[in-house]
Amino acid sequence: MELLTSIITALILLTAFVFLMQNRIHSMINTFIWQSVLLSAVTFLQALKTTEIELYISVLLTILLKVIFIPYLLRSFVRKLNIRHKVAEIKYPFLLLIGASALVLFCYHLIIPISAISWNEASNTIAVAMAVMLLGMLLLITHRKAISHVIGFMSMENGIFFAALIATKGMPMVVELGIAFDVLIAAVLFGVFFLQLRRSIDSLDVDRLNLLREDTE
Amino acid sequence: MIAFYLTLLLPLVGTLLMLGIGNLRIAGYCNIIITIAGFVASLFMAHYFFEHGAFLAIKQQFYIDAFNLLIIVLTTFVVMTTAFFSNTFMWINAATNRISTRHLRLYHVMYQLFALMMLIALAANNIGILWVAMEGATLATVLLVSLYRTKEAIEASWKYFILCIVGIALALFGTILVYFSATQELVQAKTGMLWSVLALHANHFDPTIIKIAFVFLLVGYGTKIGLVPLHNWLPDAYSESPAPVATLLSGLLSNVALYALIRFKILTDLALANHLADNLLMVFGLLSFVVAAVLLQRQHNIKRLFSYSSIEHMGLITFTFGLGGPIATFVGLFYLLVHALTKSALFTIVGNVVQQTKTNSLEKIRGLIKNQPLLAWVLLAATLIISGIPPFGIFTSELLVFITCVKFLPLIAIILVGGSILAFAGLLRNIQPVVYGEPTPMTKSKICLWPAILHLSLVLILGLYIPPVLQQLLQQAARLITG
Repeated sequence: MELLTSIITALILLTAFVFLMQNRIHSMINTFIWQSVLLSAVTFLQALKTTEIELYISVLLTILLKVIFIPYLLRSFVRKLNIRHKVAEIKYPFLLLIGASALVLFCYHLIIPISAISWNEASNTIAVAMAVMLLGMLLLITHRKAISHVIGFMSMENGIFFAALIATKGMPMVVELGIAFDVLIAAVLFGVFFLQLRRSIDSLDVDRLNLLREDTE
Repeated sequence: MIAFYLTLLLPLVGTLLMLGIGNLRIAGYCNIIITIAGFVASLFMAHYFFEHGAFLAIKQQFYIDAFNLLIIVLTTFVVMTTAFFSNTFMWINAATNRISTRHLRLYHVMYQLFALMMLIALAANNIGILWVAMEGATLATVLLVSLYRTKEAIEASWKYFILCIVGIALALFGTILVYFSATQELVQAKTGMLWSVLALHANHFDPTIIKIAFVFLLVGYGTKIGLVPLHNWLPDAYSESPAPVATLLSGLLSNVALYALIRFKILTDLALANHLADNLLMVFGLLSFVVAAVLLQRQHNIKRLFSYSSIEHMGLITFTFGLGGPIATFVGLFYLLVHALTKSALFTIVGNVVQQTKTNSLEKIRGLIKNQPLLAWVLLAATLIISGIPPFGIFTSELLVFITCVKFLPLIAIILVGGSILAFAGLLRNIQPVVYGEPTPMTKSKICLWPAILHLSLVLILGLYIPPVLQQLLQQAARLITG
């Protein structure tokens, strides 16, 4: 079981790297589905181990929200906005990978002192969770198309959820539901924004949002 | 106790009610009535607090003490006065077809929802709920910022949306780390999210985890406060959103974010028993203060000008909390209070000015005093007050910050004085020609200034005299924060 958890953890980290290298929105959504499936699998393992009812609910929640609903929502945005072309040009793939790897090392560097002091077998996974979160942020920074920002944000959210799961055996139910609801609303708001952006600048390229600069006024 | 439930329940009822009301007149007046009731309820809650002391509610998920009570009453008060302003303001907008009826309904729903989320965030004992409500408040205001649907407004609200949700996601990670260190110590792991429980056990928490957690929380909630270098969204969002929204964002939401950060600072101080949190707050506060005072000089948009003034003051308030000790904290709380009142008054006034002149540009608005004498006088007065002239509250608090700072860090006190003078010059240099000068033609429509005048008079009174009730509350809150 421990081994299985470690393998899934490694795979989740892999998906975070895969995001960075992709430039088509459909493959990004597919990767997101894989990441969420892996996340629910690891939640399920945790639930078996701790036999907490709440964790089973949380598995269900993850599957419903992140494996089914949000990808469905994203696909319908893509259809509605008719995005066929590549969503991003990755300029320096090699540098990006080096940077991403450095981030992972940095996370381990931060987490190691914790595991030295206190309990646990899970410090490895906490480092990974933190890395997944920061890689999601890296995706947000490097990709300049609004649609890949959703994926970046959702990947961050997955990383955080993963951290909560491994480190603390799940959060209180109220909080978890609240977070899930917020994520859902955020996903819907992203859709609203795509429509508004398309209408106002006729593109989802955030580099073209340049009206509000200090000098241009 | 009933008053506590009512305070939270009223905006909830308001949100649901606004979903159903399509008529602008009725919606506007309902908004006013609900917010008045909310303010009265919060006063009764304060009364209950003075009789019974701090109390927990709803299965310990909510907790009222002197610190959040102070900000809750402030919030309900500003939400109420802004509702009056918003009614007049939005009525004119609708009459001139700047906003459609559909968008107005959305506006009123979100207004109430925003108030609800802020109140939940403030009253929450559960740090998870605090986070959820902060995120909720952000999401509720995103669509309000882009309400005018201009290119600029959409750009501003996109920036606000993306920066704040990413920032606040980092705060969630910090929250989880705090919870993680709590589960290591507590017998009942699930209570590890309750602030009242955390505060009791924080001195046993693992310092390494708490250190990392505080950094994440600072970045996360700091984004919402608008601390440099995470402030990029703030001038855009304040300047492009409708005036009542800018009023609420500047006067209230940044305070709620600061409140959340201070709550975690209390835990961090207990866990680390050193000045790490204080130092971080001081560094980022001072940086924001200086950078904003400089950037303020080169603004051409009246709303952006005052947005930078917001960053400057929030920076100084953050710095004051970082100074630590009961006196500095007392001053910080007082400063927070008068700044919220003054800044919301300012955005109300500026909203009126922009509505009259139909432009944001500082170069185009001229000679306000000839066409709208009252508006011009109030604008001038508010500008002077926010820049810190005696005997108003902002002056008193800046003076006290300065005195406290001289005692501990005399060199930094010089920076404070320099920055304040710089900001004073920048504001006055820009506002003076707006008030005087050759008048530009402007349309005259109804203005709603009394909420601003009320706020400014309160700031005047607070500058001269702090009522014993308030003083007691401030002292209790300061004691709570410094432990």
